[in-house]
Amino acid sequence: MLKLEQVLITQGTFSVRADMSIEAQKKYAVIGPSGAGKSTLLGALCGFIPITEGRLTWQGRDITDDAPGARPMTMLFQDNNLFPHLSILQNVGLGLRRDMRLTASEKADVERALSRVGLGDMADRKPGSLSGGQQSRAALARVLVQARPLVLLDEPFAALGPALRTEMLDLVQELVTETNASLIMVTHDPKDVARIADEVIFVAGGIAHAPQPAKALMENPPAELRSYLG
Amino acid sequence: MAFRAFAISKNTGISAATLVVLLILAALWAVLSRAEYGSGLGPAEWSAIHFTVVQAALSAGISTLLAVPVARALARRRFTGRGLLVTLLGAPFILPVIVAVLGLLTVFGRAGWLNMALAGVNLPTISIYGLHGVVLAHVFFNLPLATRLLLQAWQTLPAERFRLAAQLDLTPHAVFQSIEWPMLRQILPGTAALIFVMCLTSFAVALTLGGGPRATTIELAIYQAFRFDFDLSRAALLSLVQLVLAGSAAFLALWIIPSVSMGGGQDRARQRWDARGGVQRLMDGIAITIGALFLLLPFGAIITQGLAGLMVTPASVWQSAVTSVGVALCSVAVLLMLALPMAGWIATAKRGSVEAIGLFGIAASPLMVGTGWFILIHPITDPVLFALPVTALVNALMALPFVLRILVPPLRDTVQVYGRLSQALSLQGWPFWRWVVFPRLRPQIGFAMGLTGALSMGDLGVIALFADQDHTTLPLQMYRLMGSYQMEAAAGAALILLALSLGIFWIFDKAGRGHAQA
Repeated sequence: MLKLEQVLITQGTFSVRADMSIEAQKKYAVIGPSGAGKSTLLGALCGFIPITEGRLTWQGRDITDDAPGARPMTMLFQDNNLFPHLSILQNVGLGLRRDMRLTASEKADVERALSRVGLGDMADRKPGSLSGGQQSRAALARVLVQARPLVLLDEPFAALGPALRTEMLDLVQELVTETNASLIMVTHDPKDVARIADEVIFVAGGIAHAPQPAKALMENPPAELRSYLG
Repeated sequence: MAFRAFAISKNTGISAATLVVLLILAALWAVLSRAEYGSGLGPAEWSAIHFTVVQAALSAGISTLLAVPVARALARRRFTGRGLLVTLLGAPFILPVIVAVLGLLTVFGRAGWLNMALAGVNLPTISIYGLHGVVLAHVFFNLPLATRLLLQAWQTLPAERFRLAAQLDLTPHAVFQSIEWPMLRQILPGTAALIFVMCLTSFAVALTLGGGPRATTIELAIYQAFRFDFDLSRAALLSLVQLVLAGSAAFLALWIIPSVSMGGGQDRARQRWDARGGVQRLMDGIAITIGALFLLLPFGAIITQGLAGLMVTPASVWQSAVTSVGVALCSVAVLLMLALPMAGWIATAKRGSVEAIGLFGIAASPLMVGTGWFILIHPITDPVLFALPVTALVNALMALPFVLRILVPPLRDTVQVYGRLSQALSLQGWPFWRWVVFPRLRPQIGFAMGLTGALSMGDLGVIALFADQDHTTLPLQMYRLMGSYQMEAAAGAALILLALSLGIFWIFDKAGRGHAQA
């Protein structure tokens, strides 16, 4: 379980407060107005934005000051999730071995992950020669080999068309189920919430509200959320 | 406040920077310990200071002013061979000075092509020696550099402004005043300052075309005090003068020198709707033709004379060529060990102050560093033994400021774009360099290696202080041939040196671009 204990996240003059627990194997949607701090929240969980007050614990261990790579999570950003100069195999391989010295069995793992996301024959291609959807699949293959207990998505599929985005979200859902991971994803679309999320974290007015069951919340939103949903 | 700012090679970077500063400071300390202040600056020293400043100011002014019409013509005309010409504008930068001097002598020298032409129509001949010779050579080197810098600035002007100008049917004068002059006002001072600083430490040009009490730069005076009189205290005093002069000029210029981009992207001409008039066309044509001739004639001279000279090239030339290749490769290796960690450190540190360390290399003249190390080594062992290592090291130090300017901006971009992903994947230290920096910066690293190799190959500076008959590089050997009036053999050596310099640049640059992708 990931716990945010009286956390204050500060980025310049902007700040977000949060106090909540993220349970194992649950799927959370982070929604809220633009600029409310959704990406800030995920950035802080991942270790890219400072937590200036409170602490972040994983299974009771304080990870507030851990380096991004040492945390029990993997994150997909809005862009730049792949190195354009490395092959797909190498990009995914970096999720297992940062020195890229893959053993035969690790290489087999990477290839299995690529087949799993439907890129079995693309291992030697560079990201530039892939379509947007295929690039997303490659990034997801890396999430799969990393197999961290938490998967964070900061709208990595925002540039894809609606059908392709749904397809990717379904794939994400399958992958986190296979790896028994929790999912925290930023979204703007209530349909995504209905489709995937167990719980919703609503971010507005400098506060990330504690998760609430998605179905009940979306059916009967409080005033602030209602004005956002429109 | 940066949160755990992504730092790469901070410790090695600081160590490398410290090493650079120590190498220079040790030389400075040695120089200071030997300088005798009692005697003060005599008339000869003052005359050297005066000449140094005057020739640098003239070189900077003339190069910059002449570059304006050439760059403007190149910016708004398209013609076959334009790309090649723009590429060739980069060549003088890596051309060995001594080779260029020989080329200039062939064209402008006493029995050169120009004088033969002048004599043919019964006009008085000109002499290339003295102040105007030194300035001519500096303009030959720096006019192309200035042209590239201005061309670069011209191409940053938005096309929309020229479209608007065409729509309003502005006169050429109005176009110049409203669009081009504001840009020039920003770029010209920095360009002139860069050239001024580089000409302050000019040695090989003054050595070959200057000389005598009226045309001696400080750098040349250091050499003469050292080599002819073995007057270490006078050499030390002059080194100090040089350091103060070049150092303060470089420090002042730091704030206005533009970033030097040697990369591509300059070979496209903008679609322009103005300047269609016949007079403007003619003027541009003349500017380009004269600029190209000024650049190409000396090159042509080197090649034609050199091919003839190859036959009479003595074996010593080939021996020194091998030595030069070795020195150049050592310089490249030393440079990489210093520049890469420093660039990594600078790219992730806060902007500003640390970049000044790179400039330290420009301010410290090669001959000052050489003199200092000679003084340090002299009591311990025979400095001649260290002629080649010191030359390789000093050449690397001299290339360092340019190389940092080439490496730091793309490295900063790489860290900005891929730093987060790399951190998320725990790519730090060597894996980050191996899998992110080297592939992303491969073209720039290749270019920097080529530049350093070429500069080191053609350098005639420190080696002239230390060398004896057995430890000599190709540029020095060539200078000796010229000194003993074996001009044919010197021309042959020049061609070999030209081929080696351009060759080493081309090989490294090509290797960098080889698998350019993404």
